[in-house]
Amino acid sequence: MSKLTREDVLKLARLSRLSLEPEEVDAFLDEISEVLGYVDQLKDVSTTGLRPTTQVTGLTNVMRDDSVIDYGVHHTDLLRLAPKSQDGHIKVKRMIG
Amino acid sequence: MSQWLSIAEIASKVQKGELKAVELVEQSLTAIAEKESFKAIIATTEERARARAVSIDASVASGKTVGKLAGVPFIAKDNFLVFGAETTAASNILKGFEAPYQGTAIEKLEAEGAICVAKANLDAFAHGGSTENSDFFTTKNPHDPTRVPGGSSGGSAAAMALELAPFALGTDTGGSIRQPASFTGVVGYKPTYGLVSRNGVVAMASSTDTIGPLARSVDDAALVLDVMAGKDTLDSTTIDRDATSYANLDTSLAGKKIGVIKEYMDEGIDEDVRKSVQQTIDKLEQAGAEIVPISLPSSPLALAVYYIVCPAEVSSNLSRYDGQRYAYSNPDAQNLEESFSKTRQIGFGKEAKRRIMIGTYVLSSGYYDAYYKKAQTVRTKLIQEFAEAFTQVDFLAGPVAPTPAFKIGQNSHDPLKMYLADTMTVAVSLVGVPAISVPTQSVGDLPVGVQLIAPQNKDRALLGLAKATEELV
Repeated sequence: MSKLTREDVLKLARLSRLSLEPEEVDAFLDEISEVLGYVDQLKDVSTTGLRPTTQVTGLTNVMRDDSVIDYGVHHTDLLRLAPKSQDGHIKVKRMIG
Repeated sequence: MSQWLSIAEIASKVQKGELKAVELVEQSLTAIAEKESFKAIIATTEERARARAVSIDASVASGKTVGKLAGVPFIAKDNFLVFGAETTAASNILKGFEAPYQGTAIEKLEAEGAICVAKANLDAFAHGGSTENSDFFTTKNPHDPTRVPGGSSGGSAAAMALELAPFALGTDTGGSIRQPASFTGVVGYKPTYGLVSRNGVVAMASSTDTIGPLARSVDDAALVLDVMAGKDTLDSTTIDRDATSYANLDTSLAGKKIGVIKEYMDEGIDEDVRKSVQQTIDKLEQAGAEIVPISLPSSPLALAVYYIVCPAEVSSNLSRYDGQRYAYSNPDAQNLEESFSKTRQIGFGKEAKRRIMIGTYVLSSGYYDAYYKKAQTVRTKLIQEFAEAFTQVDFLAGPVAPTPAFKIGQNSHDPLKMYLADTMTVAVSLVGVPAISVPTQSVGDLPVGVQLIAPQNKDRALLGLAKATEELV
């Protein structure tokens, strides 16, 4: 794997919705490249016949009844937390148009 | 001599009216104020704690049964959603956030009469092994204030070493309960993944996150675990437990086989740490356990697996902090895109950003198979090796960390170096088995812990071994 470029870091920042300062880009470039260089060692590890593990509990299809349970938290409690709200809705910047 | 009785004794005395919950809460708050210079605590929940204490004492006076933890004060790592103070996860992006609900573990503890008195400092979002990544301040190791308490549950561990309360709660995703417990000389327990509900705890890496107690004795930790453990409809990754109390411990060593992990005792660990751990293993042998050398050949790969899987899951879990629904939202944003990115730019610290970007990279198109999928497949190898080892032995043992507590600032400039200190704790997290750090002989003034590991769902047996170990050290 070749070292990351500034362009790569800026792309990662865009994907992650982070707007980095120019000075930060160089520092992250070095640090992230170093970590990726370290984890790269896995590419030489033989994993033939093995499947990826996505969870360790062995649980499958955990279901519950489709009924409403009142946990004592209501939409008014949650709306109160919103930075901006209006008429019972969370208010955000224009998305369309 | 501790300023606190055992948790079982405290609860018993409160239930009998011999101790008052209000006095216990004051005792804790006073200790917190006195030891403020160690900066273990972000905020207290004093008003609510005092109110709960009054109500508990009133219940006792009217003849009601309060619970197994009646009146027992505790401190929660600040990534637990708790009423009575902000929940910040030590991050600026959550500054000002007041939880609208409490986590299941907290609710269960309160149902048995426990009282949360404060929120402990941590590496922001639990990203770290020293508590230096807190956006607010670094906690100091009570044994040597020029050194770190470990992390990410550094505040909780320091609080135990300082005796601020009878127990504390931490989270362990790659070692964050065990390592600070080792660095501060207290007991730190990481349960089997799924034994304790993660509902209401700020998520880090969802496939390895666990919740566990830190305390000054194995008995105390076991009792707290017993209250918290159990299936939760709000966390579909929780597993069943049996009805027997986790505080009901068998400390007999006869017939027990303990595998010492060769790769954890090899070069790269501090000689004094190895001696201390070996000394404890020798004592276990003298006391009747059978000690067997065990090799986990894929051990050197565990860290690489972890630092792919963990950032990947972090990048997903931290995408919710977007400034729209709660907590910090950048007021200067001109459009939605800026609202997201400026909020996250200002709100997140360096380590959070680093992990988010590494995670984004390993999950991105063109890289997903080579990194994330590969790491999860090597993870299967690790699981198989542990399973194979457990066909030969009942438990595994080794150090928790390669060194005792390091100096503040020593590793903070080098992310990879900081990650390398996790080398002996991450495999356990990836595999999902339970593990505990029990204090052993110190190295000079600095505490060291021995790590004891059991198969999945053998938490009670592990706690029994840990108690036997505690008695021998």
